[in-house]
Amino acid sequence: MGLELYLDLLSQPCRAVYIFAKKNGIPFELRTVDLRRGQHLSDAFAQVNPLQKVPVLKDGDFILTESVAILLYLARKYKVPDHWYPRDPQACARVDEYLAWQHTTLRRNCLRALWHKVMLPVFLGEPVSPEMLATTLAELDMALQVLEGKFLQDKAFLIGPHISLADLVAITELMHPVGAGCQVFKGRPKLAAWRQRVEAAVGEVLFQEAHEVILKAKDSQPADPSLKQKMLPKVLAMIQ
Amino acid sequence: MGLELYLDLLSQPCRAVYIFAKKNGVPFELRSVDVLKGQNHSDDFVQVNPLRKVPALKDGDFTLAESVAILLYLARKYKTPDHWYPQDLQARARVDEYLSWQHTALRMSCTRAMWQKMMLPVFLGQRVPPETLANTLAELDRCLQLLEDKFLKDQEFLAGPHISVADLVAVTELMHPVSAGCDIFKSRPKLAAWRWRVEAAVGEGLFREAHAVIMKAKDLPPADAAVKERLKPLVQLFL
Repeated sequence: MGLELYLDLLSQPCRAVYIFAKKNGIPFELRTVDLRRGQHLSDAFAQVNPLQKVPVLKDGDFILTESVAILLYLARKYKVPDHWYPRDPQACARVDEYLAWQHTTLRRNCLRALWHKVMLPVFLGEPVSPEMLATTLAELDMALQVLEGKFLQDKAFLIGPHISLADLVAITELMHPVGAGCQVFKGRPKLAAWRQRVEAAVGEVLFQEAHEVILKAKDSQPADPSLKQKMLPKVLAMIQ
Repeated sequence: MGLELYLDLLSQPCRAVYIFAKKNGVPFELRSVDVLKGQNHSDDFVQVNPLRKVPALKDGDFTLAESVAILLYLARKYKTPDHWYPQDLQARARVDEYLSWQHTALRMSCTRAMWQKMMLPVFLGQRVPPETLANTLAELDRCLQLLEDKFLKDQEFLAGPHISVADLVAVTELMHPVSAGCDIFKSRPKLAAWRWRVEAAVGEGLFREAHAVIMKAKDLPPADAAVKERLKPLVQLFL
């Protein structure tokens, strides 16, 4: 059995891994784990990842979680073009810096924006107060300011003239609130221009393909009561 | 000007960077940034890190934030022994996996535990509801269980038979609740054994030196009104 990637394109880190693997022609078996059907909670999937999360990589007997670790593993194993994770120490450090920063900032805010605006009410039937949503969107706004002001600045891509893992991880995050109907690029022409560049570098077709699911998130079928009961505490823990 | 490291040893990621640099004989100027005194907001420091956080690195004109990025930069530039960040693809992936997971898991719960048990009540005179603290300690317990079951397992160190940056990042996190009086190694003999191995591999003298500040944090005199006011945002963050 060759390389397997356990993904649900509803999830931002899964999209980054998917795009990266496809763009670089990495041969893999796609194992879809449908989060909205609770497939990540199955006994079968627990054999793959007891933490019940996606993405997961399985390469023979080697199982790896955490999208950042998966992206780096793929980059090294398949010897992808240098710009994705440059050899140059300072350029590489800039990618590392972004990948470290984003966990508790942009990722968290994009995740909360999607769940507070769409998924909690629509999928789990849990109302979210306007105050909570407003706070979440304000925090997202602050993270976007840092993304533009500290990371992007006047460069073509986050760390320099070429696309890297940092851009992939960032753009797939931003598509989460976009999927929720948030106009993250409105009033942010620099960020909008960067988004177009990333999409062009990835390839429009691949980009649209990877984002088809998230862009239809607001059409999610409500979860049945038993699934809701299982998922709600985990979701609340995930987005805290 | 050579390499400068902007650190406050009260902070877990700063301790990891400090230990790594010292252990590997990396020549650097230590620039102390006292966060409780608000020195991270000084004009000089904002030039180094506009996000006003420690640790930060300055290497000539090159500035860098984020402890994980700093550790990897130092490992590469100073060609530290392989075990810290192994060349082997799978071993390296295990280190990356830990360094990624810990941001939103162990780090968060260790920080919360230390602040809610000690810094908020003792230093800032801020009452913490018992239920809040209980939830935090329960979450910490869950993370420690994962640390043992998913990462350490029956290995000597988190990523295999040798110490790596993952162990440094983890052990410095765990010393946070330890400093607040949380007996996290009690009833966790596997984790306790690992902690002693890490301390031995780092060197007892260096380990203690790096943790002197945090271990004395409980003896800090209560903050005055001005400090309390300035640190109010932290209260919101950690409560």
